[in-house]
Order: sequence, then structure tokens, then C-alpha cells
Amino acid sequence: MARQTNHRWIVTFIPYLWMLALFLIPFLIVLKISFSATVIAQPPYDPVFDFLIDSWTESVEKFNSLGLDNYRRLFSDSIYISSYLSSLWIAASSTFIMLFIAYPIAYGMARAPKSIRPTLVMLVILPFWTSFLIRVYAWITILSEEGLLNNFLVGLGIIDEPLQILSTNTAVYIGILYSYLPFMVLPLYSTLEKMDESLVEAAKDLGCTAIGAFWRVTFPLSLPGVIAGCFLVFIPVVGEFVIPDLLGGSDTVMIGKTMWEEFFNNRDWPAASAVAIALLIVLMIPIMIFQSNEARQQETR
Amino acid sequence: MSAKTLGAVRRKFAPWDDPSATPLIEIRNLTKRFGDFTAVDHVSLKIYEREFFALLGPSGCGKTTLMRMLAGFEDPSAGEILIGGQSMNSIPPHKRPVNMMFQSYALFPHMTVEKNIAFGLEMDKLPKGEIEEKNIAFGLEMDKLPKGEIEARVKDMLRLVKLEPFAARKPHQLSGGQRQRVALARALAKRPKVLLLDEPLGALDKKLREETQFELLDLQMQLGMTFIIVTHDQDEAMTMADRIAVMDKGQFIQISSPAELYEQPNTKYIADFIGDINLIEGRVTHNERGRVTLDSDMTGGHIDVHAETTTGLGDKAWFALRPEKASLSLLPPNDPSTNCARGTVWDIGYVGDLSVYHIRLDQGGTMRASIANTSRVVERPITWEDPVYITWAPDSGVILLK
Repeated sequence: MARQTNHRWIVTFIPYLWMLALFLIPFLIVLKISFSATVIAQPPYDPVFDFLIDSWTESVEKFNSLGLDNYRRLFSDSIYISSYLSSLWIAASSTFIMLFIAYPIAYGMARAPKSIRPTLVMLVILPFWTSFLIRVYAWITILSEEGLLNNFLVGLGIIDEPLQILSTNTAVYIGILYSYLPFMVLPLYSTLEKMDESLVEAAKDLGCTAIGAFWRVTFPLSLPGVIAGCFLVFIPVVGEFVIPDLLGGSDTVMIGKTMWEEFFNNRDWPAASAVAIALLIVLMIPIMIFQSNEARQQETR
Repeated sequence: MSAKTLGAVRRKFAPWDDPSATPLIEIRNLTKRFGDFTAVDHVSLKIYEREFFALLGPSGCGKTTLMRMLAGFEDPSAGEILIGGQSMNSIPPHKRPVNMMFQSYALFPHMTVEKNIAFGLEMDKLPKGEIEEKNIAFGLEMDKLPKGEIEARVKDMLRLVKLEPFAARKPHQLSGGQRQRVALARALAKRPKVLLLDEPLGALDKKLREETQFELLDLQMQLGMTFIIVTHDQDEAMTMADRIAVMDKGQFIQISSPAELYEQPNTKYIADFIGDINLIEGRVTHNERGRVTLDSDMTGGHIDVHAETTTGLGDKAWFALRPEKASLSLLPPNDPSTNCARGTVWDIGYVGDLSVYHIRLDQGGTMRASIANTSRVVERPITWEDPVYITWAPDSGVILLK
């Protein structure tokens, strides 16, 4: 018996070990860097703790030199605030648009004959077989001035001059909508698919029109899927870097891009770390709402 | 309402025998095909106001499809349904004067019991006819129900199904029996002309099911509504229905009252489907003025039956005898013309209220006779291995031709 308990303990411990080594420790390192000062050195911040060499007093001294300067800068320099706001806005609006695109897709999938549903799910997942980066690059060739879309439209005579889509916010929206659509469709599909069809029939039987039955029964019951889909999209889109970097222009400000510039262009690791930590705090709020929603879901089930 | 008055009313109720009666529901030549499969095959039926009608049959016989066509969830491939004289063919479910209680109950999980019951009443338009009206006036009753009225009706319904203390609960906080009653209350709230019940008691345990059967009967009498119930449980249909339509392969095999169905089955299928039966095969040797004689290899003799049948001499026919209408005796009957078969007691099934004797006939084949256990601790006069005579009166069974 005792032996078995030990084994169980190992099984539960391994995930925690994983979280500790790969999430919590790196997080603490980033957190520490965010409190450090920028210096021209290798690594480019100060102080650098070295517990093997430093004496206790030296360590304490170094610890005391940590400060909130970087965080103050987040508020004093408008580039950060506007990056955050712009990211939140782009994420929120694209999540909202995506909901409108994904809901009919998911609904259609859930009402499709049972035999073809797995195929439809497969088709939704299919893009993941190609690297995300490559798919975003592909959009460059579609959207650029000499790209597929412009050639097509000019060829048809719909437009005379090629449209400037690449390097604008429109391209960023297209990229986000395209890349994240499966994350919205799948949770919606799974709640809609599980829904008892007789509920809609009951609503109709009691005097609802088809549209009335949708708003009174189908939609309220799909809310868990709506919420899950929205968070699954919103949270990663806020911190998105690749899409605004590749498809956006110089006027596309997103916090992921700002952070990247701080880190690689300015070599300001402490500032980049502070941006990351602040972003984490901003995103903690929706994540916590999401989790409490999930917990409530489990209860009612 | 006491059982006595209920019985008295029920006995007199037989509008289907009155040719001048107007049916509430008329089904004409209704057919439903799903691809190559014909679920409902040219059926016609009249159902009358205040009737408790049962559609009985094994799963896949088409009874549910027929009910779904009545509710409007399936469009007929051919034929017509009329309710109150009006064709329902192009009327969507939300405009039909019927409500349905679903087998799964289909309660809205995001709404309280109260909200579930109020759901139908809160719909903007109320085109479904009130039971008091003689005609269904589509479009005449399009105004919204006032809020107070809705509340009062929901209260009435909660009282009717004895769920007042649970008004604020959500469906997942209720027991199976309570959910069933919410589903019933919700379907009744709009006071439809016709209530459709799809296996309404299927999910309940036996004891609760029996109780609920009588509750449903009571309710139907009280409200004066027409109930149509779909079930695969013959006891349920026999207990509750005024008339039963037995379905098989999309067609009605027989439509009649429970007693008629039991005592006057029209086919071997019905005789076998409803209750227990001895089917004795034979050839008709005599058929005159309600007296039929069958020669059977199974009993090794003649069987005299009082029955009107169209069969000709020499035709194959079956004599159908319910086990409880057969008598057992250790001695041969005094009158040699008495219908009789000789055999040995093979097995005795004790059911409590009665014992079923399985008799191996001397000519081969088996017959069953069920004997009521009227006294408690008496040794059985007839027991295993006893040679016995099974006898029955000429009017105790029927002749079946198919």
C-alpha cells in the first residue's frame, strides 16, 4: 500500500515539477529582470545575482537596488499605454467579428449529418498541419500589391489600382481572423453539438418561431462555448507578435511588437520584462473570469 | 375525482361508434418516407375530442414518426392531417393547436421550473386554441397574455402537478419524477386542444410509473383534453387509453378499445403482442351460423368455437385462447363434446396472483393455462408431471385467419 502511495505521489508531482521548472522559475527570472536597471553590459541589466560568489550582504545590497523604475516608465511613456490599448482593442474587436463568422460555421457543423461531422471538424483543424508562421507568410503573397488578391481584382476589372492592404491594420485583422478562427469554431461546435435537438423542437412546439427558438434556447445554452471561444482567441491575440510584425505596418502598434522592439532593438531587457509582466497582469483578469466560469459550468453539470 | 365516477364516464364514452360525431383529428392516408424506408405507410385514423388515444407498437414501427407529424416536426410525404377540420400540412409546429411532452422531457436547462412552464405563455403570439373554444381561430388570438395572467396560470400548473415548492429550482436539481411533471405542466400550460405524449413514463421506475398512469388519466378527465400517447408498453396503453392503435411496419394492425383488443384480436400478431395467448392451428371442417369447428393435429381433436368468420371449409385457421380462459382438470370432461386437450404438466410458473401451467400436449406442442391463486396455503391439486385435461368453453376464444 505504502509503495502505491509513493507512486501516486510521483505522478502528481511530475506536472508540478514541470510547471515549476519551465513556468514558475522563468517567470521569476523575468520578474526579477523587470525590477533591474538597464546597463550596457553582458547581460544588459544590473544587478546580476550570483549566489555562488556573492556574500549575504552583497546579495541583500543587490536586492535593495531593485526598483519599480521600469514600471513607472510604462505609465510615463505613452507608447506603452497606447500599445496596450491598441492591442486590447484589436483583440476585442477581432474576437467579436470572429464570433459572428464562427457561430454560423459551428452551427452548420453541429446540424450537419452525423456521418460527415468528423470530416468537417477535420477540415477546421487542417490548417494546423502547416506551420503558423508559414501560413502568415502566405498571406503576404496574397495581400501584397502584386499579390494574388490584387491581381485577381485588377484582372476582373473591379479595381484599377492595386489596393494597399498589406502593412495596414486590415491585413492584421485578416491575419488574426484567419489564424484564430479554429479556436473559436471548435468550442462553439462542441457545445452546439452536445445540445439536445429536442430542446429547440420543444421551444417551437410551445410557440416559438425558428428565430425565437434560437435566441431563447440555442444561444443561451451555447454561452459556455461562446465564452470559451472568446477567451481562447482574445488572450493570445492580445500578446500577438508575428501577425502585426509580418502583416501590419509601422502604424500598427501592438504590445507584443513593442516588447519585441524593447528586447531586440533597444536591448532594454528590464523594460521588455516589465512590459511582459504588466501584460500578464492585464490578462490575468480575463483568465480568472474564464476559470471561474468553467468552474461554474462544472457545478451545473 | 373518484375512481367510480371516472369509470362511469369512461364506460359511456365511445364517439368512434357514432357515425355523426365529428373527429377532432383526422389523419388521411398519411405516409412518411425517409429515403427508401417507409416509416408510416398510408394510415388513416379519426381521433375524437376528450379521447385518450394510444399509439402502441415495437420500436421502429412508425408511432413516433406519426406523432412527430402531428406536432409538425416532420412533413408528411403524402396524405393529410386535419385538426378541428383544418389541414395542418403547411402549418409550422409553433402554430398548431397541439403541444407535446417529449420523451427526454426537453426541459430548458437554463430556466427555472417556473420559467419553463411560463415559456409557452410568454410567447408573443398565442395562436394555439383554448380548449373551451369550438373552433381554432388562427390569427384571432394574437395579443400578448398579460403578465398577471401568466403568473396565475403558472401557479395553477404548479399546483396541478404538485410542484409548488420547486418553482425556483432548475431542472438539474429535480428528480426524474419531478422533471416528468414539469414537462407535463409545461405542455399543458397553453391548454392545447391536443396533448401529445411521447413515451411519457418511459424514464420512471415501475412503481412511480403505475402511480403516474392514474394521475395522467385523472388529469385528462379533469381538463377534458384529448391526449395522444405513444408507448411501447402495452400495460400502459391498456390502463390509460380509450382506444389503442397497434402499429407495425408503419401500418395500423388494429384500432380498438383495450378490452376489444384483448378479447377480439384481429390477427395472430395482435393476439401475440397483447398479453399471453395459446394459438392452436387447425383446418376448418364446419362453419355455419356462428358455429365453427376446427380440426387440429395439435390437440388431436375437434375444437368447437362460437364465432362469426368468413373462412371456407378446409381453410387453415388458428384458434386463439387466453391462458386464463382455459381450465385444468385431472379427470376427463364428463361431456365428450367439450373442447379438450390432453397433456402433462411440464412447468408451473408462480407469478403471485396466479400460476401459469405449461402443459406438454400428448400430440406435441405446448399450451398454457393460468389459474388464479385464490387461497393462500393450499397444496396445489395439480402439480408437476401430472397428466391433465385442458378444457375451454366454445365462446372463450376467437378464430384468426392470419
